[in-house]
Amino acid sequence: MSLDKADVRKIAYLARIKVPDEDLDHLAGELSQIIDWVEQLAEVNTDGVEPMASVSDVTLPMREDVITGGNRPAEVTANAPEENKGFFLVPKVVE
Amino acid sequence: MSNKLNQLTISEARDGLEKGDFTSVELTESCIGAMEKARGLNAYITETPELALERAKASDERRSGDGAASGMEGIPIAVKDLFCTEGVLTTAGSHILDGYKPVYESTVSNNLRQGGAVMLGKANLDEFAMGSANITSYYGNVINPWKATDGKDLVPGGSSGGSAAAVASHTCLAATGTDTGGSIRQPASFCGIVGMKPTYGRCSRWGIVAFASSLDQAGPMTKTVRDSAIMLNSMAGHDPKDSTSSPKATPNFEAALTGDIKGLRVGIPAEYKMDGTPEEIVKLWDQGTQWLKDAGAEIVDISLPHTKYALATYYIVAPAEASANLARYDGVRYGLRVDGESLDDMYMNTRGEGFGKEVQRRILMGAYVLSAGYYDAYYKKAQQVRTLISKDFNDAYEKVDVILTPTAPSAAFAIGEKMDDPIAMYLNDVFTVPTSMAGLPGISLPAGLSSSGLPLGLQLIGRAFDEETLYRAAGVLETAANFSAVPAFVEGA
Amino acid sequence: MSYILQGETCEWEVVIGLEVHCQVVSNAKLFSGASTDFGGEPNDHVDLLDAGLPGMLPVINEVCVEQAVRTGLGLKAQINNRSVFSRKNYFYADMPFGYQITQFDQPIVGEGTIVLELGEGHYREVGVERLHLETDAGKSMHDQHPTKSFIDLNRAGVALMEIVSKPDLRSPEEVGAYLRKLRSIVRYLGTCDGNMDEGSMRCDVNVSVRPVGSEELRTRCEMKNVNSVRFAMQAVEYEAQRHIEIYDEGGEIKQETRLFDSSNGTTRSMRSKEEAHDYRYFPDPDLPPLVFSDEFVEQIRATLPELPDERRERYVSDYGLSEYDAGILVAEKDNAVYFEEVAKGRDAKLAANWIISTLFGLLKKEGKSISESPISADRLGKLLDLISNDTISGRIAKDVFEMMIETGNDPETIVEEKGLKQITDTGAIEGAVDEIIAANPDKVAEVQGGKEQLIGWFVGQVMKATQGKANPGAVNGMLKKKLLG
Repeated sequence: MSLDKADVRKIAYLARIKVPDEDLDHLAGELSQIIDWVEQLAEVNTDGVEPMASVSDVTLPMREDVITGGNRPAEVTANAPEENKGFFLVPKVVE
Repeated sequence: MSNKLNQLTISEARDGLEKGDFTSVELTESCIGAMEKARGLNAYITETPELALERAKASDERRSGDGAASGMEGIPIAVKDLFCTEGVLTTAGSHILDGYKPVYESTVSNNLRQGGAVMLGKANLDEFAMGSANITSYYGNVINPWKATDGKDLVPGGSSGGSAAAVASHTCLAATGTDTGGSIRQPASFCGIVGMKPTYGRCSRWGIVAFASSLDQAGPMTKTVRDSAIMLNSMAGHDPKDSTSSPKATPNFEAALTGDIKGLRVGIPAEYKMDGTPEEIVKLWDQGTQWLKDAGAEIVDISLPHTKYALATYYIVAPAEASANLARYDGVRYGLRVDGESLDDMYMNTRGEGFGKEVQRRILMGAYVLSAGYYDAYYKKAQQVRTLISKDFNDAYEKVDVILTPTAPSAAFAIGEKMDDPIAMYLNDVFTVPTSMAGLPGISLPAGLSSSGLPLGLQLIGRAFDEETLYRAAGVLETAANFSAVPAFVEGA
Repeated sequence: MSYILQGETCEWEVVIGLEVHCQVVSNAKLFSGASTDFGGEPNDHVDLLDAGLPGMLPVINEVCVEQAVRTGLGLKAQINNRSVFSRKNYFYADMPFGYQITQFDQPIVGEGTIVLELGEGHYREVGVERLHLETDAGKSMHDQHPTKSFIDLNRAGVALMEIVSKPDLRSPEEVGAYLRKLRSIVRYLGTCDGNMDEGSMRCDVNVSVRPVGSEELRTRCEMKNVNSVRFAMQAVEYEAQRHIEIYDEGGEIKQETRLFDSSNGTTRSMRSKEEAHDYRYFPDPDLPPLVFSDEFVEQIRATLPELPDERRERYVSDYGLSEYDAGILVAEKDNAVYFEEVAKGRDAKLAANWIISTLFGLLKKEGKSISESPISADRLGKLLDLISNDTISGRIAKDVFEMMIETGNDPETIVEEKGLKQITDTGAIEGAVDEIIAANPDKVAEVQGGKEQLIGWFVGQVMKATQGKANPGAVNGMLKKKLLG
């Protein structure tokens, strides 16, 4: 198996997804299966091949430096689960 | 012309509306009635009949009778619930977007709206468009209007399964879909309709809930090739709000349907003849080749040597991008929040409950392939292979104008099949993913029936930004196939 | 100049690298059309993109790109015509996408240099590793509520330039000189306002130590978001000592991010638990590579202003100022502009002296910047004119300067009203000289007996008698003539 329980616990924390302990083994198995399968790419010779940057041949278009947005705080917070005086609220962060 | 307005094609309805045979309100009412009767299919997450009638009424008022109306004026459509729609619940099929009503309208749905199209509702889909059977939606499975001979309920394909089922069951004249690895073409094949994934950059991604940004592309899901051309004209166009949107002008796609493909070079890629592909699909492919040849096309055997690696490449690139794209669903600014002691707890609870299993699996997969020590082996390697896949197509297009392949390796399967094996499910997209990886346009159209009476699609793949040739070939193929079978659901209705 | 610290077993040198975040001067944010204005109601300078709403996409602001290129040119740096934006993945409440858009392995600007001025005639070149563009985060407030933090996204998405130095700095003084010089350059260029107290320029300080003579790079610690030059210098001092003490005791330094506490000048570990960061950088698929032509760069180069180093050289060669005085005048662009206005058509050295010794002293005392100076360049120039054309003496000029501050009047008016005009009329001076000579026969005798230095006393008496208005040179000449023949 490419991934063990500890690996899954680590990436689940990186991705901030709560995975119950009892699911870790099963998930490690599934993910390992997928990883083992995608490892077939190792057999492709990619020496000197540039990784694809973008399928479209466009380069980054630039916009003018003008203010076209903002001034809509009520809309910005319209769907907020918790809001107070125009701020978003989250559980207190202790630094 | 059908006596049931909801069963019309876009082009038929356009003519009828223009001639004054019926109004958009009548057409819309007919669709709303069909939508209500088809609720058992679960094709819609949100129905918006009042909004639809309001817009249909406005369309009728706008209509001048001078033939100047847009092709979509007054046409009732379903919108995949991945497109943000102003003031209308937008869920992406996920619990995590509970109650989310955007204050903005996606560019594509807005283009359609400005063109006069009438939105009937938001079509069901796999959660965050991740799936090939429409079985991962928080809002439940979608049922294919077609039935197997044994009477079992079938999947409509995915991720645009709700859109495909909605069109196939004639609850709307057409629907928007999005395609990341086959999400328009595969459900179109499963439901016996036409599904077009345009060239990456042809339609704006602004306002579409992102799955994999380098692959996502909106497209039309319609009853006919002509409808597809009409609808894509309304959807497409350069959008300065999307940095990957192409500045190329949008041609008149309908005008490309000349019915003439004499001398067109059609490539048949050897690598798509995969072991284990059902005989009936190989036979249909041969039949399609013959139809094009009979119409004057030149058939050319070609090779796309990296085809077999496309799916593995896709399952690195798409989850990697998704893992970042879905990081914004954190319970802070909108959607579901599941409280916790600390900020981290709140994140983990929200995302643990808000995302379904398949979405979680892909986020974890994406986080893993990007994590320290693995980036080069997985992500970078995949992007290199992607360059090779793209090069295969470029080489092929030196010799041919379009490529013909099957759309999917099977007809629609029963709900419950392939559920326990993610890779078996991923293999549904084996014929559609290479096109996506290269950003090329691909269209699926119904070409025949399986032994169990289910629709099977053929896929045509074109050069980048050459949807015109693709439509021209698809139109000829459609005429030759003359697909007229009707789903059990509609027959019985 | 070297900064060597004595440990128990050996001498140590300090190795310092700085990552400076400069807020780019622009109207709108890096990827959205919301305003970059400081302050405002909560979540008011926020566009749909900045709030991370579903389906929103970034489009880059051309001026931010130009500003980064302009800064790169100012740092004599390699400009990369092709660069790539990447996503840096981590979760924080004031970072709405769950990733920061930044540049990772392909920044817009590569290697450059900054020349440090370390006192009279001492210069040292320090390497710049890179400059890249990235987005700022929003603001979290933790003191508004007992159990909640408040999030304001007004800053989220504002363009930052992160300028990374090579680990070339060796002392707190060099750190100070680097930050002041960088601030001077970006202000000259108009690419960042450089206000560290408002947070538009912030500094991450990386410190390690090594035995003198060693070339190794030991484990470093990083102090994030240090917001003044003085604090950055203090952080280096404290951290270097801490490392040396740990090494002396046979301990090891743990690579970590530490918090600088400005209240007592110390640093402390920021996180109690060891938290693995894994940013999972990858190219942002929403943003194709940023590519621009040589012409784009050349157009910007053509608009570059004269930078502090070049201006200093010009002051030395054209105005004949000392390197030191020139360096002081050019450090702040506004000062240099003021100086040039005063010096125009006048004695530049006189102007430099007055500005450095008198005006800067006054501004420092009052805690004001040159833009808030109570004396405009025009009026200071007029004051110098009065000295040059012998209307007043340099000493009187000091008094006039004080009166200009008090009354707000121009120097001519003050001199006129107060009757401070230098007495050039020899008759009037002669009268005063004669009176003093007549009143002090004993001192006259002393002078004539050889004690010539007493003439200075006579000059002082005459000046006193004329309320300082007599020309001291003329008084001196006349006294010599009368007393010594």
